[in-house]
Amino acid sequence: MKTLMLGNEAFARGLYEAGCRVVSSYPGTPSTEVTEAAAKYDEIYAEWAPNEKVAMEVALGASMAGARSFCGMKHVGLNVAADPLYTAGYTGVTGGMVICVADDPGMHSSQNEQDSRHHAIASKTMMVEPSDSAECKEYAKAAFELSERFDVPVIVRMSTRVSHSQSAVELCPREERELIPYEKNPGKYVMMPGNAIRRHPIVEERMAAIAGYAEDCPLNTVEDNGSEIGVITAGICYQYAKEALGDSVNYLKLGIVNPMPVKLIKDFAAKCREVFVIEELDDIIETHCKKNGVAVKGKELFGWLGEISQLKIRDKILGVKAEYDTFEDNVPVRPPVMCAGCPHRGLFYCLKKLGVTVSGDIGCYTLGAAAPLCAMDSTICMGASISALHGFNKVRGAESEKKSVAVIGDSTFMHSGMTGLVNIAYNSTNSTVIILDNSITGMTGHQQNPTTGKNLKGDPAYAVDLVALCHAMGISSVRVVDPYHMAETEAVIREELAKEEPSVIISRRPCALLKYVKHNPPLKVNTDKCVGCKQCLKIGCPAISIHNGKCVIDHTQCVGCGICKEMCKLNAIGD
Amino acid sequence: METRSIMIVGVGGQGSLLASRIIGNVLLSQGYDVKVSEVHGMSQRGGSVVTYVKYGDRVYSPVVEKGEADIIISFEQLEAARYVQYLKKGGHIVTSTQQIDPMPVITGAAEYPEDIIGKLRAKGVDVIAADALAIAEQAGTSKASNVALMGVVSKKMDFEESVWLSALEQCVPPKFLELNKKAFALGREAV
Repeated sequence: MKTLMLGNEAFARGLYEAGCRVVSSYPGTPSTEVTEAAAKYDEIYAEWAPNEKVAMEVALGASMAGARSFCGMKHVGLNVAADPLYTAGYTGVTGGMVICVADDPGMHSSQNEQDSRHHAIASKTMMVEPSDSAECKEYAKAAFELSERFDVPVIVRMSTRVSHSQSAVELCPREERELIPYEKNPGKYVMMPGNAIRRHPIVEERMAAIAGYAEDCPLNTVEDNGSEIGVITAGICYQYAKEALGDSVNYLKLGIVNPMPVKLIKDFAAKCREVFVIEELDDIIETHCKKNGVAVKGKELFGWLGEISQLKIRDKILGVKAEYDTFEDNVPVRPPVMCAGCPHRGLFYCLKKLGVTVSGDIGCYTLGAAAPLCAMDSTICMGASISALHGFNKVRGAESEKKSVAVIGDSTFMHSGMTGLVNIAYNSTNSTVIILDNSITGMTGHQQNPTTGKNLKGDPAYAVDLVALCHAMGISSVRVVDPYHMAETEAVIREELAKEEPSVIISRRPCALLKYVKHNPPLKVNTDKCVGCKQCLKIGCPAISIHNGKCVIDHTQCVGCGICKEMCKLNAIGD
Repeated sequence: METRSIMIVGVGGQGSLLASRIIGNVLLSQGYDVKVSEVHGMSQRGGSVVTYVKYGDRVYSPVVEKGEADIIISFEQLEAARYVQYLKKGGHIVTSTQQIDPMPVITGAAEYPEDIIGKLRAKGVDVIAADALAIAEQAGTSKASNVALMGVVSKKMDFEESVWLSALEQCVPPKFLELNKKAFALGREAV
């Protein structure tokens, strides 16, 4: 029976069918659903780790213990996990170890457009790249086989369109696998210099062996349509090319993107008058071809930015432009906004009002940078808010310490904010850190984390006490506020900024979208009292707009949080 | 059969994911090759949201590009205007008449265009408009406006009502099934 599945769900199905036993991941769009879907199979132990580095080390430990294991993350998460990855490239595996990394060309929900293939090359590991859901499942299974055959962690490179597209998948039963007996093997797993020096030549031999395998393997396929034009491509770009060019060209579809074959590419190119490389982000395939003396056209046509599509391929290769109508009037943009009732809103309004410098982080609260709140000065990567604030304050001194804060979510704090806070205490700046504790990992769609009291399966789990943790790290002044009460929140921020010591403010209120959060009835505007002063619009709530000179609250969105009520000086907003 | 393309547009939180899954299930049950492309993550939060459904004998790209959509289903008027450039010549727009001000309109930095549906029709675009929110509220919950609009859409596609209802059963949690069936039926009656 065929079922429609997201690429990510199909990947998880592949883990299940391959007998994978252990899954450890950190959520990150577009990778999150692989792990969520894997957690639904009782045969798989699945967990959310505090960050990607931990997740990868858990997976490597499980592999050493003889099980097939998996860890998943988005592209920038692989940077966090790069440390274990590069040494896992040396140790190799016992049970098959598969890593999912999901790239985000076009940056639908990311802070950069990095190409994870660089990590596979640099870490001397193997990377495969599926192009639809059926392949996600098949490649996941093949990845385990290859991992064990070549003693190498295998990375499966996903991209937003593969991860988040549904297509038909044929389901197969799970093949249970016995644990591989554990044998102590320090030469393979104790990576101190003496052993690592002996491992490195083995790694080089292995990569050469895999490159040989890539010359003639089922994952790299040639479609000879008798054309003089050839296309070399991989992943989602294969689907774009097939849609744009159909059977009018020959294809070399690379299922294995590291290491890549040489002879296969040369033989393919030799039969073609002209060869195009179609790949998103960096010129990995193109450089490989050129390095091996194969003339191809790639980036000179398709550029380095964003996604490719059938439209771009038709334009660049066939010279066919799209025809379409446009709407003449200006269509206002609709950027993402904090939801109605979002607990972050009140906090950011206070920060804007105080005019402080805000060192931001990765999460829903990054939207605090957007109009009308505009209360953020920087956002770099997970955890950077706290460490960057320390550096900022070291340079700009006591004046800055009284006028600047870091904002970071509960999950991001557990991920990599803690180490920055230790640094503030240890190397002493009087910095003020605000932890926005909404009791969930919000932006990626509500995943549990070490502070929420539940694990991935929804079972009760140990909940980190943030107040005690901050105290233990050397922060004496830790305050908890409810951001729905803006006056109190503002007063506490003022007090903590003024203190001659580092401090943490925990802004605590569960995400308004959590199922257990009870909403109040929608608020109403008393049109006799409302004079259309627009004071309530300053908080940037999507449920409030102004029509015919009076404010209107959209009853389908409003959850009765009361922030707008606190804003209205005329008491025109009520229950 | 040549690949056909449907684009579902709206505002994050309006339920376009469910809508795309319902249509995807309808098409799969009819023996088509189907691809449904969703957008998750940041754009969910009140932003402009786009999902694609493509079907035919063999579908390759999951993405719908400019000038390719046979039908655009829009949960909000401004989004219909934003994505009209994705409509194929001779394609149809099925839109809810609901209007949600985007943040630049709320803050006064931009204006919500007037008479969007009239302007689209003046360009020769076939627009089927229905107040999906009112229909859903009539069925008992504003949350079913996505399914109400599916009822409207179902009249534009050549599949039996029973096929749609079994797709609803597959995609909607049992607790909310009756409400959604009612919204779907009222949507069908609305055009």
